[in-house]
Amino acid sequence: MSDIILSVKDLQVNYGGIEAVKGISFDVPAGQIVTLIGANGAGKSTTLKSVVGLVKPKSGSITFNGEELVGKETTSIVSKGITLVPEGRRVFADLTVLENIKIGAYLRKDDLKDDIAWVYDLFPRLKEREWQLAGTLSGGEQQMLAVARALMSRPKVIMMDEPSLGLAPLIVKGIFDIIKEINKQGVTVLLIEQNANMALKIADYAYVLETGRITLSGTGAELLSNDEVKKAYLGK
Amino acid sequence: MEALLPYIINGVSAGGQYALIAIGYTLVYGILRLINFAHGDVFMVAGLVMVYTTSSMPLYVSIPIVLICTVVLGFAIERVAYKPLRSAPRMSLMISAIGVSYLIQNLAFYITGGLPKPVLNPIPWVSETITILGATTKRVTLVTPVLTILLVFVLVYFIKNTKIGMGMRAASRDFETARLMGVKINTVISFTFIVGSFLAAVGSILYFTNYPSVAITSGSLPGLRAFIAAVFGGIGSIPGAVVGAFIIGLCEEMIKGLGYSTFSDAFTFALLIIVLCVKPTGLFGEKVTDKV
Repeated sequence: MSDIILSVKDLQVNYGGIEAVKGISFDVPAGQIVTLIGANGAGKSTTLKSVVGLVKPKSGSITFNGEELVGKETTSIVSKGITLVPEGRRVFADLTVLENIKIGAYLRKDDLKDDIAWVYDLFPRLKEREWQLAGTLSGGEQQMLAVARALMSRPKVIMMDEPSLGLAPLIVKGIFDIIKEINKQGVTVLLIEQNANMALKIADYAYVLETGRITLSGTGAELLSNDEVKKAYLGK
Repeated sequence: MEALLPYIINGVSAGGQYALIAIGYTLVYGILRLINFAHGDVFMVAGLVMVYTTSSMPLYVSIPIVLICTVVLGFAIERVAYKPLRSAPRMSLMISAIGVSYLIQNLAFYITGGLPKPVLNPIPWVSETITILGATTKRVTLVTPVLTILLVFVLVYFIKNTKIGMGMRAASRDFETARLMGVKINTVISFTFIVGSFLAAVGSILYFTNYPSVAITSGSLPGLRAFIAAVFGGIGSIPGAVVGAFIIGLCEEMIKGLGYSTFSDAFTFALLIIVLCVKPTGLFGEKVTDKV
């Protein structure tokens, strides 16, 4: 078992007047792909937002390499090496593709040339569109850009919120291949998905979240063959 | 045409002054979606500080003091009256802005004793008479549009090419994602107020050197006209604010030139109503997409 890089303990979050997350705990081992699956409103996005400090938890603890993150500013959390690819991509529509990539490295002061070359290598399509405004890209390209932007902060952990949302199956496959590739290069991935089938196939470990609670957990392969999961999330 | 020329020249100059104020409105709106009602009063305070300082100090001391005081005021307003309301509904922010506006006017009333402060030729060089194309005018009417255009170019270049400029553009679209990138939202917002107040201070210096006195309400009308210019140009857009300001300045002065001085303000306010009815996004405005 490798070291736990990110650990969430008894996390409770109220969001918009409701109890969105009702005390969940999970661990993310370094170098692995961990996924949280669950239906709409299960509390997945809220959990990720709590990790990066965009939402303040009611109670519980979130540690990154043993260091407490709850109560810290987003800027300082991101600078430690955690990043989030937000749901709906949220690229800056009136910035160019290159500017979107550069803004991902907003906190860094060193030379970005190698990293820009690296993300262009991962997503050659973005290089072709370097000078286009991000708002003119297709959904799949915007998702690539959102991932590239997140990678520019040189994260140790990259969290992705529904990267497959609204994309054609072929594009989704491409995105998941990239997720595996990024992981192979040493970045820990915490993925949340409604597309349970795809997520479980690439995940080393998975948690099922239902209305704010974790109801099941296991390796990706275990959950893929679990009857309950099959019925509820895989449509079999 | 010959007779209208002085009015056209004055109109370009007035347009420059409105533009310098309008940019402050449009920048703040762009990032906070707030109409900063106190902006006209910040403009007035700059005029007052100029009157007080130029009477007792040399220009190379007094002008920097005016600029610094105005910038500090703009910065302080944001920190005290807007920052604590960051997550409050937009309406609360607006009410706070109106409150600040009255507060500044009343503080100015307390300090000045309520009497208009006469402006005694504070910057002699810009008040000298010159002749352009046969029309006599003060040098400030020529200096204003040139300086305005120069400052606008510097500002646009800055926003396009620097890191904090990129942060401003990102934050004006999406606070949350900008924070995820590590953009310090509070720094960016403070910076926006500093730039807006600085430009208003420059505008104020140019405006009041050409004006007999500064009263506590002196900021209201230029502030309103500049605000209309910003709305007309498309609030949130810098080129929009500048173009809108020059159009309004020119139209007002031309109307005066044609002998309808009484209607020059009526024209401006009618323009606001028409723009809001017909094209609320203005000339260069972004389509209204509410932040999710």
